[in-house]
Amino acid sequence: MDNASQQKTIEEVKAFADQEIRPYAAEFEANEAIPRELIDKMAEKGYLAASFPQEFEGLGLDPVYYGLFTEEIGKACASTRALLTVHTSLVGETLLRWGNNELKKKWVLPMARGETIGAFALTEPEVGTDAKGVKTTYRKEGNKYIVNGSKKWITFGDVADFFLTVTTGEKGITTFIIERRMKGVKTTPIKGLLASKAAHIAEIQFDNVEVPAENMVGREGSGFTYIVSTALDNGRYSIAWAGIAIAQEALDLMITYSRKRSQFGKKIYQHQLIQGILGDCVTKLHAGRALCLRAGELRKINDNSAVIETTIAKYFTSKIAMEIATDAVQVHGGNGCYNKYPVERLFREAKILEIIEGTSQVQQEIISAYGLRAYFRPPKV
Amino acid sequence: MELKEKIRKFIESNLVVFEDEAEFSDSDNIFEMGFVNSLFAMKLVNYIEEDFGIEVENDDLEISNFSSVNRITEYIESKKSA
Repeated sequence: MDNASQQKTIEEVKAFADQEIRPYAAEFEANEAIPRELIDKMAEKGYLAASFPQEFEGLGLDPVYYGLFTEEIGKACASTRALLTVHTSLVGETLLRWGNNELKKKWVLPMARGETIGAFALTEPEVGTDAKGVKTTYRKEGNKYIVNGSKKWITFGDVADFFLTVTTGEKGITTFIIERRMKGVKTTPIKGLLASKAAHIAEIQFDNVEVPAENMVGREGSGFTYIVSTALDNGRYSIAWAGIAIAQEALDLMITYSRKRSQFGKKIYQHQLIQGILGDCVTKLHAGRALCLRAGELRKINDNSAVIETTIAKYFTSKIAMEIATDAVQVHGGNGCYNKYPVERLFREAKILEIIEGTSQVQQEIISAYGLRAYFRPPKV
Repeated sequence: MELKEKIRKFIESNLVVFEDEAEFSDSDNIFEMGFVNSLFAMKLVNYIEEDFGIEVENDDLEISNFSSVNRITEYIESKKSA
């Protein structure tokens, strides 16, 4: 697809977000659910398959434009953007990369059409960052596998039709597609969250679930090394742009507010200390966007450094999203602490980005390991 | 550059331990030795696909295919001759 066509898609999704999502974001949060009608409307426009190739009924956006696409949805509503992160990026792109032809045909096409929603089931009640330590088990029985265990904090877990599920067994970490309709699968919505309230986050129980062998993704034992790593890389790229989305939206709102609001007989932007905040926020946003665009360009050409640049972008933008959203609340003063002003929601949503798809501390370790090698100057002998 | 040497150089440029701590033979399992992190496997697959024009397929995702310099070399040679 040429750049002009992709740009047109971005303009269309922006208009869609302005009309169908942003005005209702607070309502979605209050109801603790994005409505099925919205998911259906997005599916109709091909938005649930924005990054899928056209042969899989996707929009065929390249990584850079898919990032811009994610930003437009994310600016309007973080929970709606979370659908793209899990359904399209974590699950869809990973199945496209590592699913065999049968799996792709069976699962990816219905995902593109919105007929089935996919979620990624990795985290467990006792296993978060230490993802290799999953306790959900599989065991082989004839030509099927029996899965037992539980997953927690699964985004869209309460409505997804299937779960790309990470298990452990005789040969190590193995991933399976487990369908909601299978006997022994039970989901329970999780309420009382800080943010992502409308993203149908749930706990999942697997009680002696019989999974056919053809539902295995990748090879037995290769689940973490290939499937989980790929999924998390896709997820990190999505979250990197989610950070830009929150940062941009928060900046837009604080700039607008600073030009409308007066204190001490002048607009608040005329106070130098406010200008300092605004100047820093603009700079951070531009730096974050540059990192995301670079990661996107590298992903486009399948460059080997795309993985680390994606990690750096995710770490940085989740951090500046939190900082900029915090400043946006500060500039709004008391109003920023009130849920009639969207910056209050952005402030809470930003925190999530520093935790999901690998905490900031894990990103720091990865980036540090890369830097210790890349920037070492061997002593001259 | 000989294939094995290219593979070794790629691995060495992606180690999570430093050169002076990381001695490994062509048959050593670099995953089991803890010399690479979880992102390495993805990078390695990408490297093989981009630099050698090979498509790593779902059925090839056995860690044993990529566990040592020798195994990676054998894998590339077998795919190229297929």
